[in-house]
Amino acid sequence: MNYFKTDLASLHADLVAKKISSKELTQATFDNIKATDPKVDAFLNLNEEAALKQAAEIDAQGISADQPLAGIPVALKDNIVTKGMKTTAASKMLADFTPVYDATVTEKLAQAQMITVGKTNMDEFAMGGSTENSAFKTTKNAWDQTKVPGGSSGGSATAVASGQVPAALGSDTGGSIRQPASFNGIVGIKPTYGRVSRWGLIAFGSSLDQIGPLTHGVKDNASVLSAISGHDDHDLTSSTQAVPDFAAELNEATSVKGMRIGLPKEFLAEGVSDDVKAAILAAADTYRKLGATVDEVSLPHNKYGVAAYYIIASSEASSNLQRFDGIRYGYRAQDVQNLEDVYVKSRSEGFGDEVKRRIMLGTFSLSAGFYDAYFLKAAKVRTVIMNDFKAVLKDHDFIMGPVAPTPAFGIGAEIKDPLTMYMNDVLTIPVNLAGLPGLSLPAGFSNNLPVGMQLIGRPFDESTLYKAGYAFEQNTDFHLQVPTLGGQN
Amino acid sequence: MNFETTIGLEVHVELKTHSKIFSPSPVEFGVDPNANTNVIDWGYPGVLPTTNKGVVADGIIAALALHADVEQHTHFDRKNYFYPDNPKAYQITQADKPIAHDGWVEVDVDGVKKKIGIEEMHIEEDAGKNTHERDYSYVDLNRQGTPLIEIVSKPDIASPAEAYAYLEALRQRIQFTGISDVKMEEGSMRVDVNISVRPVGQKKFGTKTELKNLNSFNYVQRGLEYEEKRQQQVLMSGGSVRQETRRFDEKTGETILMRVKEGSDDYRYFPEPDLPALNISDDWIKELGDAMPEMPTKRRERYVNDLGLTDYDAMVITQTKEMSDFFDATVALKADSKMAANYLQGDVNAYLNDNHVDLQATKLTPANLAGMINLVSDGTISSKMAKKVFKAITNGEEPKAYVEAHGLVQLSDPAKLQPIIDDVLQANPQSIEDFNNGKKRAVGFLVGQIMKQTHGQANPQVVNKLLMTALKH
Repeated sequence: MNYFKTDLASLHADLVAKKISSKELTQATFDNIKATDPKVDAFLNLNEEAALKQAAEIDAQGISADQPLAGIPVALKDNIVTKGMKTTAASKMLADFTPVYDATVTEKLAQAQMITVGKTNMDEFAMGGSTENSAFKTTKNAWDQTKVPGGSSGGSATAVASGQVPAALGSDTGGSIRQPASFNGIVGIKPTYGRVSRWGLIAFGSSLDQIGPLTHGVKDNASVLSAISGHDDHDLTSSTQAVPDFAAELNEATSVKGMRIGLPKEFLAEGVSDDVKAAILAAADTYRKLGATVDEVSLPHNKYGVAAYYIIASSEASSNLQRFDGIRYGYRAQDVQNLEDVYVKSRSEGFGDEVKRRIMLGTFSLSAGFYDAYFLKAAKVRTVIMNDFKAVLKDHDFIMGPVAPTPAFGIGAEIKDPLTMYMNDVLTIPVNLAGLPGLSLPAGFSNNLPVGMQLIGRPFDESTLYKAGYAFEQNTDFHLQVPTLGGQN
Repeated sequence: MNFETTIGLEVHVELKTHSKIFSPSPVEFGVDPNANTNVIDWGYPGVLPTTNKGVVADGIIAALALHADVEQHTHFDRKNYFYPDNPKAYQITQADKPIAHDGWVEVDVDGVKKKIGIEEMHIEEDAGKNTHERDYSYVDLNRQGTPLIEIVSKPDIASPAEAYAYLEALRQRIQFTGISDVKMEEGSMRVDVNISVRPVGQKKFGTKTELKNLNSFNYVQRGLEYEEKRQQQVLMSGGSVRQETRRFDEKTGETILMRVKEGSDDYRYFPEPDLPALNISDDWIKELGDAMPEMPTKRRERYVNDLGLTDYDAMVITQTKEMSDFFDATVALKADSKMAANYLQGDVNAYLNDNHVDLQATKLTPANLAGMINLVSDGTISSKMAKKVFKAITNGEEPKAYVEAHGLVQLSDPAKLQPIIDDVLQANPQSIEDFNNGKKRAVGFLVGQIMKQTHGQANPQVVNKLLMTALKH
């Protein structure tokens, strides 16, 4: 079983009609993962026994028409805690860590009766854009196994793109859902900050982190986002805004007619490859043909986003990751003489290079004498960037542009060069800084590698992004193309 | 050389909320280690804090009690440092915009009144507790996340006696709000002290030292007195005071060097991203202010001006809110206010001290105390009998019922007393002669005889009056 030729609504219909049972679907999913994962290394851990048991229980209860996700497999990025199921954040620090509680999204998926089949690979603590920073393995791009899947949610993106699961959750602090979705030719959304509870997401940059779904199509994405969204008493930064049934808003009549779209000139500037530019300009033409207007707009401070982001995210991370101290859980160094040894050795041995780099960067940015010049300055830049977006979105329904400047790059090509790697996020980072929703969807190909398009909306207006994405999908066929990985399509 | 002293006090007050400041774990004492903890208190991966609104309310109440300005738009900050009792490796506190600033309390040292300024006060979480044994160290996180208010004084305190008076004023005012027990011996009030001296006329403050292990107001004063002299002697002998932390030794009354401080720790404070900013409305402040109990200074004025108590009595009665409330309730039941004050300071306090209990933990009630006082006032019982009755009311007995059940009713009716007096006089002619010869103590003997005849129930005032009338005829 692979999930190339189906969607969540069809799977649901088949389950309700008992054309297939959840247990059969789940078993087939594991069989396919076992056959394909050696090629792509998307998963860190599988949850086979518990998943099959849960599927059998759901079958026994029967699936009704008002449970659109019941009995359907899903994968979770390994920084989302799962009770009784190992959660490592792809770090040696948490290699043997089994949480005693569930993240809110884990609980919500369980309430929707989705079946968690396993935990996906990622850059350690979500720090990276290629999944090469995993302490355990490097995930491969579903389209070309010599290329990176993007990151940090590379495992989730590849798992979906290679047909292993119909949906997966990722997390996005500076582009970590959208960029791997783009590199793998699938749909991913970074919801508005506060849309999805962060309770149980192992924190990276607390003011930027959001969990979101990765799926083959826009409508699938919308269904899963509705299921995981909403205010949570455990997370005071989660919003009390009502959660629409996003998928129900998408149908044949969905149209962008009369919409105003902003295309920032900075998004097609130097550094963005010709193929990516061409794909986005073609997408703009598609939208015009569908009755929308596309204006060139400007986000003049976009270029400061990467610098501000690496200060803010790293500062927050340096504090968030202090709890990994070898005292209560996680990795503890042996051969220690005193308390300081426990701290220094456990952290030196437990964290990978990129994590240490960011801890040092963040620690420096917050230090007495540097705080004003770095952290405070970055916070001010963040406000300026927010205002740029606000100005454009005042008279535009959404903003369109590329997700990443290039398609997927080769494994090993950039890992030794952090600054080049950081620049991959130049188009996604500002969206996190502004707290806005960003949708990534397939918009073209470059040398047989997918090219993604990013739609950026007003706060809590994921609806418009999904509608625009759905209209685009209905009028293009990029999303119908699938990798030849399994050879079954 | 003449010196002036500058003392700074940082007071931590532990709040009496049901749950912790950022987690729903209960706040209670005497439970097994780590019994009152959850994933938040452990600093587990993925957890988030949530603000206990009650703690913010308590912060506002404390601000109002200490005449401070409430900061209506404020937030929490992280203070980063590694230690096993600090599981997140940061403390959530307020550094940038404390919940209140610029308060004051009035102190009275030897009849001189002075206002001492409060720089700021902020709300924060307490850490856990480490204990060390030979081969292991243990971490108990029950206290982790217990809410605290830290109150920082302005450099207005100029003597150890003022420091004592400031602490007493703080303790009293906060105790009256009911937000904390403010007991140093139980750790619900903790004091960090710094002190510097400088020659009179010097603009710049002297180098300050910090004192630790000051576990009572008395030790604070004694530690400061020792340290004040030590610094003066260092300066007079041409030396200079080092920035250092010193430990107060309770046995010798001296301060001993613990460590010399070089530079300051870098806690890398930054705004807590997991908690939204606090917006405190005018309405909320007003609501909390309106519900606040009357403060001790107001009560003392009322007791002196309206109820005729002495300054001293008013001061003693307002030591705790419980005592003051008890007094008010007793007086409200028509008990004589001076007698109520006397009983509370005398018999009641003695009872509390002998039994090491707080007033609210006894069976004493204002109704029973007022009942007993009223029985004395209307002559039903003598103050001597009241001693017995007091014992009964400490056991929760109703005074009138007790008096009746034990036949303690005082004999005050002259018609009943006169024949007894006449009998006693008839039986003791020698005493009458002694009285007539100016021997006053004969009266005492006669009263004693009358009391004996009445088994102690005769009203001494009435007996005296009747006896004197009889003797003078």
